[in-house]
Amino acid sequence: MAQMNMAKAINLALFEAMERDDKVIVMGEDVGPDEGVFRITEGLYHKFGDKRVLDTPLAESGIMGTAIGMAIYGLRPVCEMQFSGFDYYAFHQLECHASRFRNRTRGRVTVPVVMRAPYGGGIRALEHHSESREAIYAHTPGLKVVIPSGPRNARALLHSAIQDPDPVIYYEPKAIYRLFKEDVPEAMETLPIGQAQVVRKGKDITLISYGASLRPTLEAAELLEEEDGVQAEVIDLLTISPMDATLIIESVKKTGRAVVVHEGPRTCGLGAEVVARINEAALLYLEAPIKRVTGFDVPIPYFSKERFFLPDPERVLAASRETLSF
Amino acid sequence: MPVDTTKDDQTADFPSFTPVLHNRVDSMPRTKIELPNIEYLSILDEDAKLDKALEPKIAPETLKTMYKYMLLARRTDERMLLMQRQGRMGTFPQSSGHEAISMGSAIHLGKTDWHVPAYRELAGLLYRGWSIETTLLYWNGFEEGAMPPEGVNDLPVCVPIASQLLHAAGLGMAMKLRNDNSIVMTYFGDGASSEGDTHEAMNFASVYQAPVVFVCLNNQYAISVPIAKQMRNETIAQRAIAYGMPGIRVDGNDVLAVYVATMEAVERAKRGEGPTLIEGLTYRFTPHTTADDPKRYRSDEECALWTKREPLARFKKYLVAKGVYTEKQLEELEQELDTMIKASIVKVEEMAQSEELANPLSMFDYLYSDIPPYLNEQREELKKHLEQVKNSTNSGVSPQKASAH
Repeated sequence: MAQMNMAKAINLALFEAMERDDKVIVMGEDVGPDEGVFRITEGLYHKFGDKRVLDTPLAESGIMGTAIGMAIYGLRPVCEMQFSGFDYYAFHQLECHASRFRNRTRGRVTVPVVMRAPYGGGIRALEHHSESREAIYAHTPGLKVVIPSGPRNARALLHSAIQDPDPVIYYEPKAIYRLFKEDVPEAMETLPIGQAQVVRKGKDITLISYGASLRPTLEAAELLEEEDGVQAEVIDLLTISPMDATLIIESVKKTGRAVVVHEGPRTCGLGAEVVARINEAALLYLEAPIKRVTGFDVPIPYFSKERFFLPDPERVLAASRETLSF
Repeated sequence: MPVDTTKDDQTADFPSFTPVLHNRVDSMPRTKIELPNIEYLSILDEDAKLDKALEPKIAPETLKTMYKYMLLARRTDERMLLMQRQGRMGTFPQSSGHEAISMGSAIHLGKTDWHVPAYRELAGLLYRGWSIETTLLYWNGFEEGAMPPEGVNDLPVCVPIASQLLHAAGLGMAMKLRNDNSIVMTYFGDGASSEGDTHEAMNFASVYQAPVVFVCLNNQYAISVPIAKQMRNETIAQRAIAYGMPGIRVDGNDVLAVYVATMEAVERAKRGEGPTLIEGLTYRFTPHTTADDPKRYRSDEECALWTKREPLARFKKYLVAKGVYTEKQLEELEQELDTMIKASIVKVEEMAQSEELANPLSMFDYLYSDIPPYLNEQREELKKHLEQVKNSTNSGVSPQKASAH
């Protein structure tokens, strides 16, 4: 058991994955001697060399497209997109090819590739470095999308993503890379893709979140307990596609109230999907309309105002109270 | 305050921009960087006149194989057009006229090599082991037609433009990383040469010295847009210079020229010397797809001129002159292929009705290695709906049939 932050835990997972399987290669911009702009690939180039850790030309479509070729060949490429704000160049390759090869070849050609990208706001970054566009990938059939919320699940989910036989988008909430430390066990762990977790037990309201928004959500749950005596159940989705609707529905059947929290824009965001799933399966259990605390439907503001865009404990608290008093 | 662009005087605040044209000789640096020249290769011209000095030594059996698959591709393509006109085939891009580039290059591929096509390489696909049935299935709307034959290192046809070139580059990079002596042959059109992925693929392949042969089927039109509107450079091949790889333009209707150029590229790749760009100049004398009307953008005269230059006629003359085939054998070959194509059509139309291929629920079954719960629910939803429709049809539309049970 060692204490580490999420950046270190992701780095550890890459290191372990490369050690246990020589087909795993890491590729991207500045992932070699520079060890990545967030230092997530620290030590990898030194240990595994330039045949396993590839500094690529600066071209995201090129990274993803060649990774697809390598995956088809039999390797397990883990691509780093330097910032999610630039992975749209790779989107065409993911949507038209990575997500479709298994289906169109009836299982004969498969693409076990992982796209890692730091995403989200909260680090006072420059323009195009703070977006949360995970919904685009969740909307794309054939992809899986996982988003860790802390060191331990980050390491376990990355192992699962790398071992998965299908393309996985692994979005890293960069605001929490080095925000806190957690105990991470010595032994390698995986976490099943497609399973959410109840991270706080409660009976009065269900708060559903993932990624960096999980922390303000948990803080709001604490405040609800302290100030209102309300016991909020908090669900960490961990995988946003395929989403674990069962866990959400079970919880909502118990609490009758729900708030969804994420920093991506609201319209067609993950919250909309969560609400739809609850409506389909638990409408008659609801005591109040489900609230969404999300980023607004505007580009994330420049960092002088980003804190007003990102969900914070106060917004989650206010939405929860509205739901509770409906 | 927003600028009102309807008033002329509003723009007076901005300095006018008049480009100053410098005389290059006076203003440019004086040191010259030497660049390689781009060669053009033609061996068997449009009148079947042979350049004996350049003629490759190809075994008669290999020549026969090449001709056979080129002819099979042509006849299949022609038959598919008829079927499409009869409503028995979906929209598809014809491959007629592109057989020499496809076959003259694919012939060099071995079992462990990879063939990464665009969508006019029917000759090469058939040669690599894709059946006529698979081709018919693909263009008739069945995913099973995109399923590579067992044990064949091919990717299926790629409809988006140029993106397949990156898969080829990635395959080649993987070979390089794993010390595999195989190579990749990949294809794209003149329109694709404008896409960013083409640039990225050639650059990645070159940086990593990946064993990739990029074969451009320059048929001079991207649907309606002529090559002059696609680029200002004389050839596509010359772009190779910018990527630090050899490039050559060949007569793309001359299978011998394609054979020689791609053989050199394959040998170079196998020696670890990286990628090559080969541009085959050809012409699509058919429409772009069966939904296209080329009369809107090109003249009949131009089309007639290039149709005369098509690859099969000259190759046939060459083979007869060399004694590889007699006229009688060629007639027999036509018969043989015709029978083969007809049998495939019968077979494929039966297959399309089969339980396995006709089952709409199969759309859910191959997306992921394991079907996730939400998708299984959607599968059940469609299944239930289909059963309901079937039951109501059974009871409503054919009451006699229903009462017979």
